[in-house]
Amino acid sequence: MDFEDTPEEAAFRAEARAWLSANAPTPEEARKMGRETTNEAESLKRAKAWQAKKADNNWACLHWPKEFGGRGATPIQRVIWEQEESRFAVPRGFFEIGLGMCGPTMMNWSTEAQKQRYLPKMLRGEEIWCQLFSEPSAGSDVAGLRTRCERDGDDWIINGQKVWTSGAHYSDFGIIVTRSDPSVPKHKGLTFFFIDMKSPGVEVRPIKQISGTSNFNEVYFTDVRVPDSQRLGKIGQGWEVSVSVLMNERLAVGDAPGPGFDEAFDLAREVELESGPAIRDSNVRQQLADWYVQSRGLKYTKFRTITALSRGGVPGPESSITKLVSATNLQNIASFGMDMQDMGGSILDAEVAPANAIFQQALLYSPGLRIAGGTDEILRNIIAERVLGLPGDIRVDKDVPYNKLPTGKA
Amino acid sequence: MNFAFSDDQNMLRDQAAKFLAARCPTSAVRKILEGEATWDKALWDGIVELGWTGVAIPEAYGGLGLGHLELCVLAEELGRVLAPVPFSSSVYLATEALLLAGSEAQKQAWLPKLAAGEVIGTLAVAEGAHQPTARSLSAKVENGRLDGVKLPVPDGLIADFAVVVARTSADGGARSASLFIVDLNGPGVTREAVKTIDPTRNHATITFKGAPAEALGATGEGWALSEAILDRAAVLLSFEQVGGAQTALNMARDYAMGRYAFGRPIASFQAIKHKLADMFVALELGRSNAYYGAWALASGSSELPVAAAGARIAATEAFYLAAKENIQTHGGNGYTWAYDCHLFYRRAKLLALTIGSAPHWKELLISRLEARNAA
Repeated sequence: MDFEDTPEEAAFRAEARAWLSANAPTPEEARKMGRETTNEAESLKRAKAWQAKKADNNWACLHWPKEFGGRGATPIQRVIWEQEESRFAVPRGFFEIGLGMCGPTMMNWSTEAQKQRYLPKMLRGEEIWCQLFSEPSAGSDVAGLRTRCERDGDDWIINGQKVWTSGAHYSDFGIIVTRSDPSVPKHKGLTFFFIDMKSPGVEVRPIKQISGTSNFNEVYFTDVRVPDSQRLGKIGQGWEVSVSVLMNERLAVGDAPGPGFDEAFDLAREVELESGPAIRDSNVRQQLADWYVQSRGLKYTKFRTITALSRGGVPGPESSITKLVSATNLQNIASFGMDMQDMGGSILDAEVAPANAIFQQALLYSPGLRIAGGTDEILRNIIAERVLGLPGDIRVDKDVPYNKLPTGKA
Repeated sequence: MNFAFSDDQNMLRDQAAKFLAARCPTSAVRKILEGEATWDKALWDGIVELGWTGVAIPEAYGGLGLGHLELCVLAEELGRVLAPVPFSSSVYLATEALLLAGSEAQKQAWLPKLAAGEVIGTLAVAEGAHQPTARSLSAKVENGRLDGVKLPVPDGLIADFAVVVARTSADGGARSASLFIVDLNGPGVTREAVKTIDPTRNHATITFKGAPAEALGATGEGWALSEAILDRAAVLLSFEQVGGAQTALNMARDYAMGRYAFGRPIASFQAIKHKLADMFVALELGRSNAYYGAWALASGSSELPVAAAGARIAATEAFYLAAKENIQTHGGNGYTWAYDCHLFYRRAKLLALTIGSAPHWKELLISRLEARNAA
């Protein structure tokens, strides 16, 4: 056991590091490229310039095949690149969904001409893509979606609503799954398209979240016309295409962002309780130990995954553990940190609250992390079914026509 | 990044698994639970014959001179089958104590015999139903003679010698204790079986009355040395715990797949699936922390005290969770004597306590992190 690269990995790391050192933006420039900045148009412009620079040097999307501007990189090379790039804290948020999900979908399902038209621009960040799956009444059960598509000559007319669409307001294109036939069971009546987000009838509205910020959108479709040539897969094959999109799960590299063991440990040494610093309190110490062990457990699990990748393996559903544990812990650490601040723990003002109010902020945004990208419950199902081999849920809706399913209120 | 066992180590694992599947089915463990014998002598002889007792002992002292990673591999396999043998006492505790603190003469005297299985050793720290501390320690050595009572001593009835922590100065401070090697077959030693929650492992109350005691390590180093020994044992035991947790999880899964209720396998209910998913998550966190402990132990890293505590805490939680929820998954059957679930439940809690409880190790972990931060 050791933590060293193989000679090939070391060479690749050196190459990546050399290019980044010579070309990466300064930390101050990098901060201005994120999705969270106040001037989004400006940061998008900067992010696109950086993406184009990466594309010119074949660093834009390592795992894509060479013919579309990638490197055909191995999973371990991808991890190394992400490790190196993360040292420069350059945000990738604008392009992640396109490169990670929409691009591979187009590679699998679109025509040669479409690949040539769309993929290079996606890679360079010239055109941004989003993914339109979730709906107000179809979350974990995506196949229960209601957005309709109806044939009209060479076109399709789309009506309905999508939700939780990251980046819809700055996206040029999107991939969307819709219902073409409500008279057959839900998985069988779906059809998949890519659409121009600037089409007439597409309306994007930001969703205000618990935290007060807006990272997602609702997208409304009113008589949106889409040419049949933009259909991906056959009519009624939309579920199969959707599953292929979801198979491109991102390699879980990062934990939930926010206060973790280190921040809670620092706070405990700083905050005074009646009996002295909180770190002297045995309940605090016991709780901190749990979080230390769990956060290190995730880190070392990642080491094991990287080792498996280095030996030629592929990432498996085991990586669901990272999100499940880190999102839950984040919410708990946030609450615990506020408890340590006692009567003043509710103060959200970053000027007053310790650690720039990261504990208070995390309390407000952490519920979203337990839901987005697979709820805690869905992740447990994934572990149970795909890792432990337990049977899937018994589906009461499997053989029932979609339009005969009970729908409830929402 | 190479954070996994090597092909050779995995080959050793396969051989060990085959041997233990043949020689230590649960019926063998049950025989110890229900019979007169308090350990499986035949299994132990087989283990000695395979050289496992000398895996981490250098060749110069009659061992195989492999290393601690190999020992971790064996520990996981022994834990998987709840082997009722004194391996942890003799190998993780007594052998490690000698490797760590023994003089050249002591190493030459004991290690070849330990490697060859000619003697069995153990470590005697506890003195009853409380945490052993510098203040509470009552066993004492004066003029090379040991007086006091140790309990429970793991494998105390079958060990030939014990490394004993005993008081050597009256002040009750950090340097008030020392380690001693005591011949358990010699004068001044009486031993009696002590009943524990897990009868598949041997435990004794040992009373010392003027027993000859030979110093191991420097005077006053008793606590520091025993802490270092327990760190090494914590890593090795964490692999036993991970092995046991894996078996308990497998049992729960297999039972849930085969047990039908309300017209379907209970494994299809989310209440069961989520329970098993949580057991798996705890096991992976335990396993990963154990791996890090293994790396720190095998590479002689200064990370060992923190890594060992992490491995100890995570693996303890994983095994206990898996064992108790395995019973729950089995429903009423899980609560019967006839099903094997309780064997794992007993062992999980025994291992959770044998070198100190989880709260104790959590306290140690935070103290060590504070010390590291202060440095």
